[in-house]
Amino acid sequence: MDMTHEWYVALSKSFGLFWLLGLSVAITAYAFWPSLGGRFDKAANSILDDEDGPAQPTSTKAEDKACR
Amino acid sequence: MMSNLTSTERARAMLITGAGVLIGLTMAAVGRNDPMGAHGWIVLLFCGVLFFIVGQKLYDAEPVEDRSVSYYDDPTKIGILLALFWAVVAMGMGVWVASQLAWPDLRFDAAWSSFGRIRPVHTSGVIFGFGGNALIATSFHIMQRTSRARMPDQVSPWFVLLGFNLFCVVAASGYLIGITQSKEYAEPEWYADLWLVIVWVVYFVLYIRTLARRNEPHIYVANWYYLSFILVVAILHVVNNLAIPASFSGAKSYSAFSGVQDAMVQWWYGHNAVAFFLTTGFLGMLYYFLPKRAGRPIYSYRLSILSFWGIVFFYIWVGSHHLHYTALPQWVQTLGVTFSVMLLVPSWASAGNALMTLNGAWHKVRDDATLRFMMVAAVFYGLSTFEGSFMAIRPVNALSHYTDWTVGHVHSGAMGWVAMITFGSIYALTPVLWRRETMYSWKAVEWHFWLALSGTVIYVFAMWNSGITQGLMWRTYTESGTLRFSFVDTLIAMHPYYIARAFGGLLFFTGACICFWNVVMTIRRVPHHTPAIDYPTTSEAMEPAVPAAE
Ligand code: HEM
Ligand code: HEM
Repeated sequence: MDMTHEWYVALSKSFGLFWLLGLSVAITAYAFWPSLGGRFDKAANSILDDEDGPAQPTSTKAEDKACR
Repeated sequence: MMSNLTSTERARAMLITGAGVLIGLTMAAVGRNDPMGAHGWIVLLFCGVLFFIVGQKLYDAEPVEDRSVSYYDDPTKIGILLALFWAVVAMGMGVWVASQLAWPDLRFDAAWSSFGRIRPVHTSGVIFGFGGNALIATSFHIMQRTSRARMPDQVSPWFVLLGFNLFCVVAASGYLIGITQSKEYAEPEWYADLWLVIVWVVYFVLYIRTLARRNEPHIYVANWYYLSFILVVAILHVVNNLAIPASFSGAKSYSAFSGVQDAMVQWWYGHNAVAFFLTTGFLGMLYYFLPKRAGRPIYSYRLSILSFWGIVFFYIWVGSHHLHYTALPQWVQTLGVTFSVMLLVPSWASAGNALMTLNGAWHKVRDDATLRFMMVAAVFYGLSTFEGSFMAIRPVNALSHYTDWTVGHVHSGAMGWVAMITFGSIYALTPVLWRRETMYSWKAVEWHFWLALSGTVIYVFAMWNSGITQGLMWRTYTESGTLRFSFVDTLIAMHPYYIARAFGGLLFFTGACICFWNVVMTIRRVPHHTPAIDYPTTSEAMEPAVPAAE
């Protein structure tokens, strides 16, 4: 396959166009998907008080065990 | 700080710095007949000092801290201090550069102090030294908080932070001894570039590993911005710096590209350095610290997602607006214009989102200089992106290009947006990180705010005036069709503006010095303070990283 100028132009005019259009649609759909609203709200509020240290999972990961 | 490292971690740190010493020694030996040799000694010294700092503590007692109940903040603290150190150095350089333009005698006739050498010390110093350290430090803070997870290990954050600073030191010292590959914002030579690739990959991996440990189902949007900064800067850096060293014993290298391709690659890099170094990472700061400081969640989380992808998509294409009316094909220039104009939409969406968040908290903005820094940053972000989209239009660029208008645009973005959001974040972060009640002096924060704002306004207005005057003088013709003004005429017209700019810069620089002092005094003098909720939350309150439904 020849990597010519024409080849790139053809690629961007065909595949590139639909790739960008498709991605825009997908992202807009994701951002405004109604059922994700709760998760987004929770995320937006989650930063307001986060100074309380890492969450405590039921089992502590090995590298976090008290050193000693 | 060293006492929080286990002995294995200390040994690992010694191994890494020891290897650095050897690399420095090799560079010094191989490059002894070349400026690269000087860099060898600098690397050797940098790594050697760190080697001994760690070595002295190698046999100290093991730490007793329980790592599962706290975040790892030591590298963040040092990163903030380093950012402020670089701010003072590089903005001081900026004032010197500005003064040289007003009074050329200030060069003092040395080679190292010539305009062409200290200018990149200023630009790299502020962008990478100040901006880069602030980004790394705040990203360490934010990724742990928003994930409610501690960093996975304690050596790689130090490697990233100190390795990056080694890059900055090599870059800045190289310019002074005349090492440059003449690509703006990518001046360092091949060995420094290679080193940065290693540091950056470790940074990316560290970020991903921390996110992988998160205890929140959704990755907060600030992290997306930081990740785009890390990932895209890596790609840009690698491609733009593709080069063949003339020899392995010298600094000189030749770019893999030539002619207009070289120009296009450079400005594809250059503008995306603006986008992904000076914008997305700082938007991450904005999306975290502004809502937090205002005590209100971001106005529209959905909009922040949408503008994220808008910014990421559009920015990649705009580099060609730096090359209007050149040998670059017309359609590539037009592509750059189109995307630059479209870019205004997500940019203003971000700025608007930030300002709308403040709706209902304006009394806080009035009373709290820290929040005011962030508010002003959002306003300047809106202004400079509007200006940028305008300047990208070809006929406008015909007037603005090569003039001080560009420099005015740069600094309304760099001082008004980048530096303001960083200072705001530093003031918000310092008491939290060091567990202090407040900043040492709120008056000083207030002073800093007004110095920074007036400095920026003076700087930017001086450059707008100077740039437009200059541009118009260049295109004024006499009745017989010859140029009306000589180049020297324009210099004389610009001189008062250059003095004003140097003065505005001096105000801004003074503010940065006050900030450094205030932070140091906060650490040394302000009483310790235990936050109200200084206990870890149990997992009951949290959701696991991957919710059961997915
Ligand atoms: C103390 C405040 C500052 C002063 C006095 C200052 C001064 C200067 C001067 C005199 C130049 C050279 C202009 C020319 O070649 O005509 C310059 C360029 C530049 N400065 Fe600053 N500066 C300051 C702050 C900053 C900050 C905070 C940043 C970034 C975060 C920044 C980023 C840049 C960049 C990117 C350029 C290159 C512009 C271009 O090539 O068009 N500066 N600055
Ligand atoms: C929508 C967003 C933006 C657009 C479309 C834009 C567009 C432009 C244009 C057209 C130029 C002049 C190119 C030339 O004539 O050579 C320029 C230069 C520049 N802009 Fe922006 N800009 C934007 C935002 C920003 C922001 C937020 C910053 C800083 C934080 C920034 C930093 C710079 C720098 C450093 C240069 C100078 C590059 C150089 O010549 O060395 N821009 N920008």
